[in-house]
Amino acid sequence: MAQASLQHKNAHNNTARLGDRFDAFLRRSETASGYALLSPTMIVMILGLGAPLLLLIAYSFWTQLPPEQGIGVDTTPTFDRYAQVFSEPIYVDVFWRTMAISGLVTAFTVALGYPMAYYVAFHVQRYKFVWLILLTIPFWTSYLLRAFAWKIILGFNGVINSGLLSLGLITQPLEFLLYSPTAVVLTLSHAYAAFAILPIYVSLEKIDRSLLEASADLGDGPWASFWRVTLPLSMPGVIAAAVLIFVPVAGDYVTPSLVGGPEGQMIGTLIQVQFLRVGDWPFGAALALSAMAGVAILVILFTAATRLATRSIR
Amino acid sequence: MSQKGADKAVSITSRLSYGLAAFALLYLIFLYGPLFFLPLFAFNDSTFIAFPLKGFTTKWFEAALSDEEMLTALWNSIKVGVVAATAATALGLLAAKAITRYDFAGRGAVTGFIMLPLFVPEIMLGIALLVLLNQIGIPLSLYSVVIAHVILCTPFAISVLTSRLEGFDRSLEEASMDLGEGPWMTFWRVTFPLVMPGIVSSFLLCFIVSFDDFLISFFVTGTEQTLPVYIWSQLRFPRKLPGVLAMGAMILLASCVLVVLAEWVRRIGVDDKPNVGV
Repeated sequence: MAQASLQHKNAHNNTARLGDRFDAFLRRSETASGYALLSPTMIVMILGLGAPLLLLIAYSFWTQLPPEQGIGVDTTPTFDRYAQVFSEPIYVDVFWRTMAISGLVTAFTVALGYPMAYYVAFHVQRYKFVWLILLTIPFWTSYLLRAFAWKIILGFNGVINSGLLSLGLITQPLEFLLYSPTAVVLTLSHAYAAFAILPIYVSLEKIDRSLLEASADLGDGPWASFWRVTLPLSMPGVIAAAVLIFVPVAGDYVTPSLVGGPEGQMIGTLIQVQFLRVGDWPFGAALALSAMAGVAILVILFTAATRLATRSIR
Repeated sequence: MSQKGADKAVSITSRLSYGLAAFALLYLIFLYGPLFFLPLFAFNDSTFIAFPLKGFTTKWFEAALSDEEMLTALWNSIKVGVVAATAATALGLLAAKAITRYDFAGRGAVTGFIMLPLFVPEIMLGIALLVLLNQIGIPLSLYSVVIAHVILCTPFAISVLTSRLEGFDRSLEEASMDLGEGPWMTFWRVTFPLVMPGIVSSFLLCFIVSFDDFLISFFVTGTEQTLPVYIWSQLRFPRKLPGVLAMGAMILLASCVLVVLAEWVRRIGVDDKPNVGV
């Protein structure tokens, strides 16, 4: 939005200064130069991102040939794969379970990340960058290892069980810790925690401090000030963080495989199995695209609802 | 506001400040605590990952560093990471320059498309690439992993480099042109040195993203495995676990060092005005 308004302003100035025809020429040449410089990246992304996604869409309308007819697909277009996805309750059930898990993980990470980002933005005076680096390091470290750490912690002979046993607090290992949806939510909340901090921090840091002073001068206490000024102004960061966490979590298959057990499997696990074990790629493609469409709809609804709610506070 | 009200507000604020500081500390423990179990058990003299600890040993590190397969996987990951990070940073630099320098029609849409890998679950990128590579008959190898990682890393490179280029004073380039340098020499002698910290930072971060990636690599890896894919295949064997933990601990440490380095380099000269000896 900021970019659009900036473009608009530039366009307006140019028109006023240089006249319409020259402006049109300038814009055309800017466009040409821009695309010339952008073309290598564009070509790579079209070949490596656009083409694969289009082919995946095409695949979802095809049919896998049975093994006895050789390896390959029948490319007659059909909606059968989608019908299959929606007719078998397991896929719909696992989709909703995945959404519930992703929603909980998003809620936890944002709720925990917000005060943390708030602390760094408003209360840390010196060595702010040390805090920021400390909070970003986990973002970049191996996701596989972060998830695996929890298997060590929650396992049958894991840190918690063996720790409690050796302290004599329990006599039998607690079995519910590992291989459950709870374990999945816990592991993912930890693995994605760092994703929440930065977007929220950036939006908090942008808030004009004089607005808070004005709110205090006009008689708002700290809580009212937070509720009516800080929180609404930081909502773009909260929404960004939520989307940044919800979407990748919805597609995850590592954590459910490591700590999920049969009750904690997510849609990503089923997609992965279709592609790497069952080998029915058209069905896998239809499953993946349906799930992604579902995720996209939920994200759009969530964003719209959050915006509306924010407006009503103000 | 009355004096009493102001005092009350101040005391609430300072209490809040202590509360937040305590919370921040707990948060850091939550963030880093679980990771400490990797090195802890990597130094534990037992095949079982369980308390009580048996004693200090470095034999698992020796086992990891003499495991031929693991070292091959490590070397594969380093090769892939270097190539992918170099390509992604080069592509990212061109794109970031185009996005920040030129105001062109459709910039928002094109940028959105290029940044798409940040907003699509990695499993989608993995299966889509697998399908395409299969369709055009490219066998899965380290090359296919490189392609996947370039797609994954380029958006990261662009966001690091865009923030660097946005604070860039374009009059420096104009001055160079006025003084008779051509566009290439201007790029080489003015733009490049000023953007250099961004380039180094982008390279390091892309390397880490590539080196640590499992979610996409799993789909496009052939017989030559990268380290995360190898580690995944070893998690099923309890006997191998301590060696994997030792390697994991070393990777975590190396990642931390690289991230700190990348962040430190990225901040060079960001706050003060670009200072070039003219």
